[in-house]
Amino acid sequence: MIGRSLLRLLPQIVSLLALIGLVSVFFPTFLQIDFSDGRLVGPMIDIVKRGAPVALLAVGMTLVIATRGIDLSVGTVMAICGAAAAWAVSSGYGTVPSLILALLVGLAAGLWNGILVSVIGIQPIVATLILMTAGRGIAQLITEGRILTFSDPDFATIGSGTLFGVPFPVVLWLLTGIGFALMMRWTALGLLIESVGINRRASALIGINARVLLIAVYMASGLCAAIAGLVVTADIRGADANNAGLWLELDAILAVVIGGNSLLGGRFSITASILGAMIIQTIDTGILLAGFPSEYNLVIKAVLVLTILVVQSPNLSAQWLWARQALARRRALRDEAAPQSGPRMTERPVPESEVSR
Amino acid sequence: MTINTRLYPLLATIAIFVIAYALSYTQFPAMLSTRVVGNLLTDNAYLGIVAVGMTIVILSGGIDLSVGSVIAFSGVFIAVVLRETSLHPLMVFALLLVLSTAFGAAMGGIIHWLAMPSFIVTLAGMFLARGAAYMLTIDSVPIAHPFYDLLQGAYWLMPGKGRLTLIGVAMLLTVAVGALIAHRTRFGASVFALGGGEQAARLMGAKVGRTTVMIYAFSGFMAGLSGIVFSIYTGSGYPLATVGTELTAIAAVVIGGTILTGGAGYVVGTLFGVLTMGLIQTYIVFDGSLSSWWTKIVIGLLLLLFILLQKGLLRLSQSRISAGHA
Amino acid sequence: MVLSIRSLSKHFPGVKALDDVDFDLAAGEIHGLLGENGAGKSTLIKCLTGAYRRDSGEMILDGEPISPSSTAEAQELGIGTVYQEVNLLPNLTVAQNLLFGREPRRLGFIDGKAMRREAERMLKGYGVAIDVARDLGSYSVAIQQLVAIARAVDLSGKVLILDEPTASLDANEVRLLFNVVRGLKERGLGIIFVSHFLDQVFDLTDRVTVLRNGKKITTETTASLDRMELIANMLGHELERVERKQRTAAGDQAPPRETIIRFTRMGRKNVVEPFDLTVHKGEVIGLAGLLGSGRTESAEMLFGIRSAPEGRVHDGETVVNLASPRDAIAAGLGFAPEDRKTDGIIASLSVRENIILALQAQRGWLRKMPRNEQKRLTDRYIDALDIRTPDGEKAVGDLSGGNQQKVVLARWLAMNPRFLILDEPTRGIDVGAHAEILRLIERLTDDGMAILIISSELDELIAVSDRVIVVRDRQHVSELVGDEIQRDRIIENIAAPDNRETVA
Repeated sequence: MIGRSLLRLLPQIVSLLALIGLVSVFFPTFLQIDFSDGRLVGPMIDIVKRGAPVALLAVGMTLVIATRGIDLSVGTVMAICGAAAAWAVSSGYGTVPSLILALLVGLAAGLWNGILVSVIGIQPIVATLILMTAGRGIAQLITEGRILTFSDPDFATIGSGTLFGVPFPVVLWLLTGIGFALMMRWTALGLLIESVGINRRASALIGINARVLLIAVYMASGLCAAIAGLVVTADIRGADANNAGLWLELDAILAVVIGGNSLLGGRFSITASILGAMIIQTIDTGILLAGFPSEYNLVIKAVLVLTILVVQSPNLSAQWLWARQALARRRALRDEAAPQSGPRMTERPVPESEVSR
Repeated sequence: MTINTRLYPLLATIAIFVIAYALSYTQFPAMLSTRVVGNLLTDNAYLGIVAVGMTIVILSGGIDLSVGSVIAFSGVFIAVVLRETSLHPLMVFALLLVLSTAFGAAMGGIIHWLAMPSFIVTLAGMFLARGAAYMLTIDSVPIAHPFYDLLQGAYWLMPGKGRLTLIGVAMLLTVAVGALIAHRTRFGASVFALGGGEQAARLMGAKVGRTTVMIYAFSGFMAGLSGIVFSIYTGSGYPLATVGTELTAIAAVVIGGTILTGGAGYVVGTLFGVLTMGLIQTYIVFDGSLSSWWTKIVIGLLLLLFILLQKGLLRLSQSRISAGHA
Repeated sequence: MVLSIRSLSKHFPGVKALDDVDFDLAAGEIHGLLGENGAGKSTLIKCLTGAYRRDSGEMILDGEPISPSSTAEAQELGIGTVYQEVNLLPNLTVAQNLLFGREPRRLGFIDGKAMRREAERMLKGYGVAIDVARDLGSYSVAIQQLVAIARAVDLSGKVLILDEPTASLDANEVRLLFNVVRGLKERGLGIIFVSHFLDQVFDLTDRVTVLRNGKKITTETTASLDRMELIANMLGHELERVERKQRTAAGDQAPPRETIIRFTRMGRKNVVEPFDLTVHKGEVIGLAGLLGSGRTESAEMLFGIRSAPEGRVHDGETVVNLASPRDAIAAGLGFAPEDRKTDGIIASLSVRENIILALQAQRGWLRKMPRNEQKRLTDRYIDALDIRTPDGEKAVGDLSGGNQQKVVLARWLAMNPRFLILDEPTRGIDVGAHAEILRLIERLTDDGMAILIISSELDELIAVSDRVIVVRDRQHVSELVGDEIQRDRIIENIAAPDNRETVA
């Protein structure tokens, strides 16, 4: 079991290590971690802390993408939830109620998306585009267009505090990631989600309640976005409706894709997506630390995405499969020609192109 | 049984625009002046142009997220090349259009031959174009060239002191050309065919690969053209400009009555989509007390309205056909 | 002969889809092509239209050997095809569909007026007066079909293939279509007509060729064709050696068996006429009928996939509502659908996950089945059904068709349903697995499970069924019990010509 999951994560781990190695060449103290003032400090700590929002979003996004969907609204949901929490806390509702309010708002946003997708039957990309467009306006409505600042120290802890020396945002994404991963493993949710993502019709015929499952998945994504929104809001001690979570949905999708999860749904790994988020953050931070001008950041990121796309391309993998089969066939022929014929390849997988009508 | 159902969304778009304009007029009579109309065209010229390209892409069932970045890159490219060389702006425009068209074509090629979703490929294109703009400069570069002064100063004074600017006219012309291409050429027919279903389009003999490349090349060209117009409008090139314009363009296309899943819509509708969005902004400016975020919320609601309208129309026509033959 | 096919073969991994098939088509002839699912009809057509490359054999069109590599090339050669669905583009106008790729142009732009004229000219003689400037999708399927034919004829002009063109047409529309097709025959086209509606085949065709399991069984002129013999040729004859079930004679009083579940007035307009069904403990009900007769639709209604407005389901004294597969499963039903690939397996999940999935869905997401329990179940069924897989972790999509079917069966057996519906459980699987599945059915009923089996293999139905219900023209027409369950009797019932003028 463990061997198998490690194998699944190997490409992401190797990429991450390679990146870390590469940055270390340019920036030798990259791996150095110090303990000062009761907290861990160092470039790596910085990366895992700054990567928190994308890592959090990637958790929910992984589940949505596993069902063959996509959630474009997570960036704006972050802004809405941050604004809601900041408004509540600065209106004197207390820290805990404010946080709960933000989480509820995130769940509600997910419920909205989920209903559009699964009940009304709108394509996910279209359905979530609505909230992506309108959401920022809603967030600005809450903050009245200003950066809504607050001075609640407990709330601020979420963004800048530490727990046993570890930055609190890191604790949050670790807990969220582990929480969701364990929930997928300990309950049957993971299996059911994969089943719906691979073949919704067959899943419904087996009695899986695809409709409810889809709504739940978008709500999970909304919840993760809410937590991410709290982190960025607490970090700057203010809700910035314009910029909180801006374009992070794209980074989150990217993290999921880099994590080797197919946009066509099915098998997923939350851990791999989080590693994907860390890869993105390592590139972002590493380029800066290594002394490259930050202008290169986006171009490098684009090249990376394209490379991953090409490697994951269904066309390429079909050709790869074809090549492997040709090889196997030749081997089988050779075996047959030999005196004792080896096992024959009878149950070869059929490439999609041959089966499709 | 008289009007083609495919016209409903377009008619809805125009109706909403006219009603909204009429309502605005009853509150602020000044809104019905050539001045406002002229500004509406000028302010939204770059958006209108890029939305024409987006319309073609969406009609084919795809999406192009790269256009906002390409507009920013175009502005920066023009500004930097004009600053560094003595090339004539027209020459620079030509170079840029070749570049942006090739960029779009390359994305189309990847989408087709690697069978990747357009969403992800153009997302990479979005990073690439924005990154390329950063690599040229990270500052706002002003454009100072006599030819630019000429372009910026070119307008026709309409009765009522409204200015019909060159870029406003350029936008209207682009819409006209886009409409001709979409509705009156074989390429346009292939675009609609792709949007109706790739499998069926292939069976009917559409050249899917070539069409896909041309679609994204067209969108790239329009994004380049929009970048030129934007640089004339702002008089500078700035790599952080037009962030999110792709979403505004998509919204304009959908509010313009084109179905996001492709296969049905009108380029003219997109013009009204753009104007409706511009009108909301103008109204908020006139009102003075309303805040700008209402723009986004209203646009989101309009999006929802049109998506539900189209979903409803689809169900209606399906049930009518099956009922008709029961 | 306008078209001659000589010893055409095509095989896919594990399946011989076409085996040495000959086929001739004369100009001015309508040639029916018949066979059940998987007989090789669509493979033959796909070879003709360039969608598939044949493995061996030759195709001769007008004396020239051809091997088209795409639909477009086949069209240029003169072979046009009209499919049941995915034909034209409903979002384009009729004129655009008719003239796609050949639009008349003026100054480089499409000339709308010329296009409309041209389209109207093309439709002349088809007996339809429609506005060619409207979307194709706003017209009925029949009109769309005619437009597709007009386009195919105009493009190709030698051979016209009609692949199930009448599947969703009503009687009047069929008549309209047939008039058009006869007119084309007069014009000298060779027409291949694929249909599973026998009356239509008798009505329209000059000759008929029957395929079964990739082989050509016979070609005969329609006039000399015997209806019973034709059906006998279409339906399988593969299981001569399987023992017949021991059953009591029809007249004898069988001991009354416990009723499991009772369905009444299951039906829906245009799908299946309302029927009643009482299911007893431990019995096998066979559902016989040709493809498209309403046999699958009947099963889907029982399982809550299609709604039956007046239908009632009685579970003992109570009336239960089976509005979805979930409800049906909760009531103790199971359903292994006909199309394994799209409706049955979850291809990239493992054998183990596929087997436990239905059980897991019933337990709910919170109560995950313990890992060792999953493994135990999987191993048990791999063993019991002899599923050929290295282990339970292999993806189901990588298994052969027969083994995929066994996985689907295992999934339902793990649920231990009271009433299991099997739609073509043995289609496309090898002989060994075939016999195993039939033995399994017997074993299960011995334990009290009731099974409804739909099959094109009559011998299979005869071998396992306690009673056989015959479905014809979307109607349950008769029920055979005991000694009545005989090949001839079933064929007779399937074949009984329709009283109505045409089949709806």
